[in-house]
Amino acid sequence: MDRRTFVTLSGLGAGALLLPAYSRVIAAEVLSEKIALTLKRSLADVALAAAKEAGATYCDVRVGRYLNQFVVTREDKVENVVNTESTGVGIRVLANGTWGFAATNSLSTDSVARAAKQAVIIAKANSRLQTTPVELAAVKGVGEVSWATPIKKNAMDVPIKDKVELLLAVNAAAINAGANFVNSTLFLVNEQKYFASTDGSYIDQDVHRIWAPLTVTAIDKASGKFRSRNGLSSPMGMGFEYLEPTAEGRIAMPGGVVGYSSSYDMVADAKAAAAQAQLKLKAKSVKPGKYDLVLDPAHLWLTIHESVGHPTELDRVLGYEANFAGTSFATLDKWKSKTFQYGSERVNIFADKTQPLSLGNVGYDDEGVKTKQWDIIKDGILVNYQAIRDQVGILGEKESHGCCYADSWSSVQFQRMSNISLQAGKDKLTPDEMIADVKDGIYIVGNGSFSIDQQRYNAQFGGQLFFEIKDGKITEQIEDVAYQIRTPEFWNACAAICDERDYRHGGSFFDGKGQPSQSSAVSHGSATARFNGINVINTARNLG
Amino acid sequence: MTLFNEAEAKAILDKVIKLSKADECSANLAGASEGNIRFARNGVSTSGEVQDCTLAVTVAYGKRVGTATIGEFDDAALERVVRRAEELAKLAPENPEFMSVIEKQTYTASTSFIEATAAITPDFRAQVAADCIEPCKADKLVAAGYFVNSNGFIATANSKGNFGYQKVTSADLTCTVRTEDERGSGWVSSNVADVALFDAKRSIRTAISKAKGSAEAKALEPGKYTVILEPEAASGLISFMLFGFDARQADEGRSFLTKKGGGNRVGEKVFDERVNIYSDPWDAEVPVPAWDQEGLARTKTQIVNKGVVEYLQYSRFWAKQKDKQAVGQPGNIIMQGGEATTEELIKQTKRGVLLTRTWYIRMVDPQSMLLTGLTRDGTFYIEDGEIKYPVKNFRFNESPVIMLNNIEALGKSVRLAGGGGGGGGLLLKMPSMKVRDFTFTSLSDAV
Repeated sequence: MDRRTFVTLSGLGAGALLLPAYSRVIAAEVLSEKIALTLKRSLADVALAAAKEAGATYCDVRVGRYLNQFVVTREDKVENVVNTESTGVGIRVLANGTWGFAATNSLSTDSVARAAKQAVIIAKANSRLQTTPVELAAVKGVGEVSWATPIKKNAMDVPIKDKVELLLAVNAAAINAGANFVNSTLFLVNEQKYFASTDGSYIDQDVHRIWAPLTVTAIDKASGKFRSRNGLSSPMGMGFEYLEPTAEGRIAMPGGVVGYSSSYDMVADAKAAAAQAQLKLKAKSVKPGKYDLVLDPAHLWLTIHESVGHPTELDRVLGYEANFAGTSFATLDKWKSKTFQYGSERVNIFADKTQPLSLGNVGYDDEGVKTKQWDIIKDGILVNYQAIRDQVGILGEKESHGCCYADSWSSVQFQRMSNISLQAGKDKLTPDEMIADVKDGIYIVGNGSFSIDQQRYNAQFGGQLFFEIKDGKITEQIEDVAYQIRTPEFWNACAAICDERDYRHGGSFFDGKGQPSQSSAVSHGSATARFNGINVINTARNLG
Repeated sequence: MTLFNEAEAKAILDKVIKLSKADECSANLAGASEGNIRFARNGVSTSGEVQDCTLAVTVAYGKRVGTATIGEFDDAALERVVRRAEELAKLAPENPEFMSVIEKQTYTASTSFIEATAAITPDFRAQVAADCIEPCKADKLVAAGYFVNSNGFIATANSKGNFGYQKVTSADLTCTVRTEDERGSGWVSSNVADVALFDAKRSIRTAISKAKGSAEAKALEPGKYTVILEPEAASGLISFMLFGFDARQADEGRSFLTKKGGGNRVGEKVFDERVNIYSDPWDAEVPVPAWDQEGLARTKTQIVNKGVVEYLQYSRFWAKQKDKQAVGQPGNIIMQGGEATTEELIKQTKRGVLLTRTWYIRMVDPQSMLLTGLTRDGTFYIEDGEIKYPVKNFRFNESPVIMLNNIEALGKSVRLAGGGGGGGGLLLKMPSMKVRDFTFTSLSDAV
């Protein structure tokens, strides 16, 4: 996750709301508009023709309109309402076996043709330094097709007034339940993406995402102590219907905790957060040592993201991210051996950009490849990576995995993380039954602090809520918990996974990668899972 | 058009202010030409040049505020952006913390623009990549890096007659060098205002020597060690700590600078008396624009003086609540160092660990500012004043507040880009530092 993308902390150097690059702030009503399909098609054809004429052997064009809305509140105040729009055309070409890219925010045919030619010039200039020509896995053109996130209620169409009222009701619920401070926010995204390529595809997609984070803080003035509890929602590939609570979206979990799946009761969660933040102020500090950890999906998604999602990105494995995000311990020799035990036999991890309601769900990726599901870890063995058209040849495959993405029309598309999920257990098992079998453990809910090394070996994770488990029962809420892992040992310590009934998604709205950095959104599903003998440290410190 | 001169920028901003029918109006114009080249596996992977200029207009009707931005600057576009801001303001809820636009300020420009840096070309960038790649190839090493340069300006104006214009340039290289067998890794960064001070060929030698020197790493037991943090390693923790220097957070009871019983710790000695941190927009090595995001004039500000916290950042609203004066928010952070080089700090060390770089730093507990992260790209064991051998990387769990109470010695302060470690884009000048009892909690196999 890219922390800096979402630093809205007060303090030195902060203060300005971070807007996506090249975004224009616009009026709310403009959020419902779209670029005419005929215009997109004609611009794409202009670019394809200009690139071919200039000497490109391949060209793809992305005509994009990217919309964001942020509503930011604290206590009884609206701090900010921002609508942004970013429209333009990004053109990627292959010439002399080398990539070139250029982009323009002008939707005139002249500008688009000029950008296409510029992309070819850049490709030819860079080809002087190229030692191995780019080879693309074949993609059959699909003609004119369209795809849209299956939303029920377009969040961009919901009046600002309704959104403000919801967030202020959330804040009031937290304050009335004993919180000292509360921040709640809505992040809404709509990517209107049109992709065309010299393969003969014209793909129009309308992608929606929603995130409603909240943070509740309780303070004890006398001791100067403070504790926060973040919301237990997940960012989703859904419309505003996610924020309309349903009975099936509410999950009663161990420890009296309520979690959420396909819908989110933000008011109820804020109220629960206030009570739990107060409890955190008085909770017992954890005794460091080895524990059996029971990890809820609202927590485990981030561990999956960092310790499986990133190390199985093929560009990291090959060294393309060595200077920034890092490389990977999951090297090609481990994969080739077909025996590398990434996890225990019950660990099956798959990539899937077709999962409904997930953040990564699209019909086609940003190089026109139809999305699919594939295995990454099968029965504990590393069996594959995440790779795109110019990479899958290295794996001996003929088809791209369909996980190429650019965060804007102005950014070059590259390999990004697919939804990566832990398959639910095959045997019937509920979280309560799982806990009943644990003698000395900790049940962790919600994601907290996270840090992992540049090859994804050594990681440390916190959480939002920690419950001590003694002799099969939850005793009390505890604090100051963080666990440290070495990735393969951790996944090999996976001793049980609850069944399909408990399978839920968590996710990251702003996952950072690349230079210049781009962010993407990705979901990770799992059921509650148990990991035996994990090292837990105590994070309490005294500044005197 | 991307790079407007002062007269052009003023003409645009004057028109905007005049067009507005709202109670008050402020406008910011910023443009830049930014070029980059990225390389990996000893070859160029991507390169590009982006030109962009944005006008942001904020208007207010009473306590209702609206902001709109645009990238076109003809009369019709200026009219459109002002009207759109006005429409948004009329729709916006009242902001109870609304503050009127700032009074006319007096800005004293800093030397943030250097002609030679503005003149960097794509060929120059390609040469930087080549200067990094070629010696690595020759030495059977693998380079991956990123060079980015920017030439831009910012301008601000408001309906109370305020106006400012300043040009800014920068150039920044980072490069990771790894051995072919992936057992050694080194890193170097170079951030300059004046490209005349930039020398990729010289810089890359540091990364090469760290990569080769770190290849046969031994494992040390985790625990408390005396460490020498090179400036980049120190800056990761210290710049993160500065997020806690917000007056409102402290007054509200949710900062490590909150006082027991209420209020904040301004005036208290929180760090070792050798800790002096300040901000100075006119510093010759890290000059920054003369005003902050709100247009408030920046000035030289002592943040920590001999270990005593002297400054917390007040927003204009919070300053009004607390009867304080809001000053321009810092654009750079300078921690005063000593005269010793890193080599001299090593010579003075009986047993210790040298850290090139800290990485993936995250907050564990804001109450104590406990941070976790890892060492990377060159970690070495020191004994009897000499580097003895490379050691495996560590995970640390340490509070910079505790770290800055455990100082043994400070080295020279050098210019760094603040982006990587958590500086939030601030320019930094940080010293290397020798610190006792630094807490490593586990080993990492990562190279």
